[in-house]
Formats: sequence, structure tokens, C-alpha cells
Amino acid sequence: MKLFTKKLSLLMGLLLLAATGTVWAGEGNNIDTGATAWMLTSTALVLLMIPGLAMFYGGLVRTKNVLGTMMHSFAAMGVMSVIWAVVGYSMCFGDNVLGGWFGWNPDYIGLRGIDTSIMEGGVPEYVFTMFQGKFAIITPALIAGAFAERVSFKGYMVFIALWGLLVYNPLCHWVWAEDGFLFNLGANGAIDFAGGTVVHISAGISGLVAALYIGARRGFPITSMPPSNLVMTMIGAGLLWVGWFGFNAGSSVTSGLSTAQALTATQVAAASGALTWLIVEGWHQGKATALGFASGILAGLVAVTPAAGVVQPMGALALGAIASVICYLAILLKNRLGYDDSLDAFGVHGVGGIVGALLLTFFIRDSWMEEAAAAAGGSWTVMQQFGVQALAVLIAIVYAAVLTLVLLWIINKFIPMRAKTNDEMKGLDDSYHGERAYGMISPH
Amino acid sequence: MKLVTAIIRETQLEAVRTSLIEAEITRITVSSVSGHGRQVREEIYRGRKVIPGLIPKIKIEVAVNDDYVQTTIDAIIKGAKTTDNGYDGTVGDGKIFITPLEETIRIRTGEKGSSAI
Repeated sequence: MKLFTKKLSLLMGLLLLAATGTVWAGEGNNIDTGATAWMLTSTALVLLMIPGLAMFYGGLVRTKNVLGTMMHSFAAMGVMSVIWAVVGYSMCFGDNVLGGWFGWNPDYIGLRGIDTSIMEGGVPEYVFTMFQGKFAIITPALIAGAFAERVSFKGYMVFIALWGLLVYNPLCHWVWAEDGFLFNLGANGAIDFAGGTVVHISAGISGLVAALYIGARRGFPITSMPPSNLVMTMIGAGLLWVGWFGFNAGSSVTSGLSTAQALTATQVAAASGALTWLIVEGWHQGKATALGFASGILAGLVAVTPAAGVVQPMGALALGAIASVICYLAILLKNRLGYDDSLDAFGVHGVGGIVGALLLTFFIRDSWMEEAAAAAGGSWTVMQQFGVQALAVLIAIVYAAVLTLVLLWIINKFIPMRAKTNDEMKGLDDSYHGERAYGMISPH
Repeated sequence: MKLVTAIIRETQLEAVRTSLIEAEITRITVSSVSGHGRQVREEIYRGRKVIPGLIPKIKIEVAVNDDYVQTTIDAIIKGAKTTDNGYDGTVGDGKIFITPLEETIRIRTGEKGSSAI
């Protein structure tokens, strides 16, 4: 899925073609066991992020909403995996249809045509599609943080299914499919290594739109809404950090140099983001909170997601730190403006994603810029690439915002997105699931 | 002086606190309790309906001077009674107990009686 990996494998494929005169695409590829092993591991690591997110979000809501909130993440594993196997992969990685709005390939419907397919990098296509499918799960699950504690379960289920089909799949196609228009923007494409625009900006912006559309929680902002269990949130943040190695380093779809570069950038950015948040908060509030550290981890990881393939460690360090400061300010601004993005899906993922996708331009390693210059036929400047990044970000923002608003409006006609007042007061756990998070059979 | 003890639904705590604050009664103690009453509450466990033996409730305690007893009672009822869906209160809304209070002492100053409340 990544630019220079694709270019590299294309180059290798051409060399192979020249050397042997055989057709290199399709089923004739040999399996690269090393790359396949790492991609299998990455696939599992990205899946681990979803229970991680469930714990992160679950710990931040009030006790009466813990299970309902965790179910937002878990339900996405069900809904999005089914959709992915049936049409999602085809819509994301098929050939352009409807003027490139999304992809389509009859062989990919129900994944029936890839039973024996091995990709040019030596990885079975099943592994690639399952790896990509995990991204389609976590993206709508991230949105749930914006309207936590007040969304109806039925409305949420319908929303993520339609959102996955009409927002995620087209965006994914534009950015990562070889005939996607953002993949081919500018000299060497818009850079989105592991999902800054596709995953974080789209989820963050959609979350903001949904939070505004559905409205604030009852009693917000007067009633205090204390987190039910910050220990669980910390464990969740830890799992997210670990899983992110699959998310970023796996996005090289190989097991080699570019994997190592992405892995290093990921670790450095997460650490610098967390540390920066701690320092800023310690200076501003007088206390360095555990939740602040966890938020900083996320801000750093989100910012490095689009950048992991093109920045060197010091660039990642700067990106993590800058994103952390800007996300911190964004959350202060949110409190000022008074909208209820409950768990800061926009504040961290939307803002962090935008910061990462734009500012990565200033930290791109020279070899990438030389490659872009060669592709452009002479020269390619940082500002030209910045223009490409800004355009890609703008397109993602506008598309996600408009489609989300339209979807919410339509769904709301049939299934109210907002929980009934009494259900909200009782809590999502009891109202929608008939359960309690803690002490079910004998309370206390 | 009286001690007003109310057992209410967990879900109504927010509403009761709001109405008490509106009635300018701001010194309260809240605890999580569980017990038996007439209310039956179902939970689902692996597709089976389960009726837990004890139902979780919230206990609110307010120590007040005699003049304020009625205000407190009214505020608690206003917040604790479930009146949505056309009901005028439902089984499980809770109870209020009033007990005479012999003495109140503020620890910091040692002052006693009405002014210490």
C-alpha cells in the first residue's frame, strides 16, 4: 500500500520481467515467508488495537456506560469485518468505477477470487486484505468517542455500516489503490503512509460533525462526568501503542528496511508526544496526569501515522511533540467553545491527523524528495509537496464532513441517533444491553 | 434537627442533586447501596433472563434544621419520582426516612447544634 514499496516492487517486477521474460503479476509469485510472517503479525497487532480502544474509551466514560462504550468498538469488529469480506475489499482495492469514486472488482466480492493469489511482494493476498480490513474496523470505532454516552445502539450500528461503505471505502481507494486519484496526486503522490487522512482525519472530522449533530450529553457541561476507570484507560493506551507497530510498520507491506524506518519513527513520535503532553500539562495545570500521558501517546502516534514511511527519527520526534502541543490547545479550545466531543475523537485524531499530514512535509527524507523530483522530471520542492498534502487533507475533511452529515440526517429519519432521555439517564449498559459492567449478579 | 435519609434509583441521582441544589440544600452525603424492595429488575446473561437478588440503589443523607425538612422532602421527590412515559411514579422509585437528630458537631470548630448543620 505504500508508495515507495509499490514503486520498489514495481521496479523489481520489471527487472524480473526483463530478466526472465515471464509475466510477474498474479499467481506466479513465490511466497516471501519473512514478509508474510511479519504481515501476519501486523494483522494481529492492528486487531489488538480495537480491544485496546474499547478499554481506552470504556475507562473514560461513567460507570453506567462502560459496556455500551466498549461495545461500540467490539460491534465494529463484527459489522466492518463482514462488510469488508463481502464488498469492502472490492470497493477499496478494485479498479476505478463511477469516475474513480470507489473501486470495484468482481473477483474481490466475497473474497472469492483471491484464494490462491500471491501479491508481487510475496505476501498472500488474503493476508493483505485481512490487514487492510482491520483499518476499516478501527476507523468507525474511533468516531464513537465523539458521541459516547448518548448515542442509540441501533443508530450507531446502522451509521458505522453506511459510513464504512460510503466514507471509508472511497477514501481508502483514493489514497491507497494504485489508480486512486490522491495516490497519484503531484509528483509522487499524496503521502499517507498508514492512514493519517484515511483513518484519523476522516474519523476525527466525522466525529466532530456527529457530536454537533447529536448534541451534548445531558447535563453537559455542568454535571461532572468522572471517568469510571482510568486504570483500564491506561491499559488500553498501552495496547494501542503496541498495536500501532502493526499499524505503521505493517503498512510497508514487506519486512525490510522501510518496515524498520516506520517502526523507529513510530516509537520516537509516541514517546515525544507523551513526554511533551506531560511537560505542557505539568506547567499549565501544576499536575502531570496519567490521562495526559496517555493522550500524548495517542497524539504522537496519530501524527506519525501518515509520516512513518518518509520521516527520520528526529523528524518523528518533532512531529510527536508539535502534535501533542496542538492537540492540547485544541482540547482547551473545545472547552472554550463548549461542544461535547466527549472523548476527544476530533481533538486528538482529527487535529493530530491534520498536523501530521501537513507538517510531515518539512521532515521528508532526501531520498524521497529526489525520487519525487525524478518523477516530476527535474525538480520538486517542499512547498509543492505541501500543496499536495494540503489538498489531500482538505478533500478528506470536506468529503468526510459532508457525507457524515448526510448519512446522519437520513438515518435519523428512520432510527433516532440520539438515545431517549430516560435511556441516557439509566445508562447505555442497562438500556441497550441489559447488563452492568461491574458486579452483575450480586451488586457490590 | 432531623436526618433525612432517601433511598433512590441510581439513575435519578443527577436529578435529585439538581433539585436539592435548586432548593439551596447543598450539604449531602451519597453512598452506593443495594437491597430488596418490591421492584423486580431483569438482566440478561447469555440469553437467559436473570433476576439479581439485590438491586443497586443510591442512599442520600441530609441533616437539616426542622424548618427545612419539608423543602428537602419536596426536592427529593421532585428529582426521584420517574414521571416519563406517562407514569406518575413507578415501583422502585425509593423511600424517604426521617429520624430525629440528637446532636450535630462541626469537627473543625467544635460548635454544636443548629448552627453546625
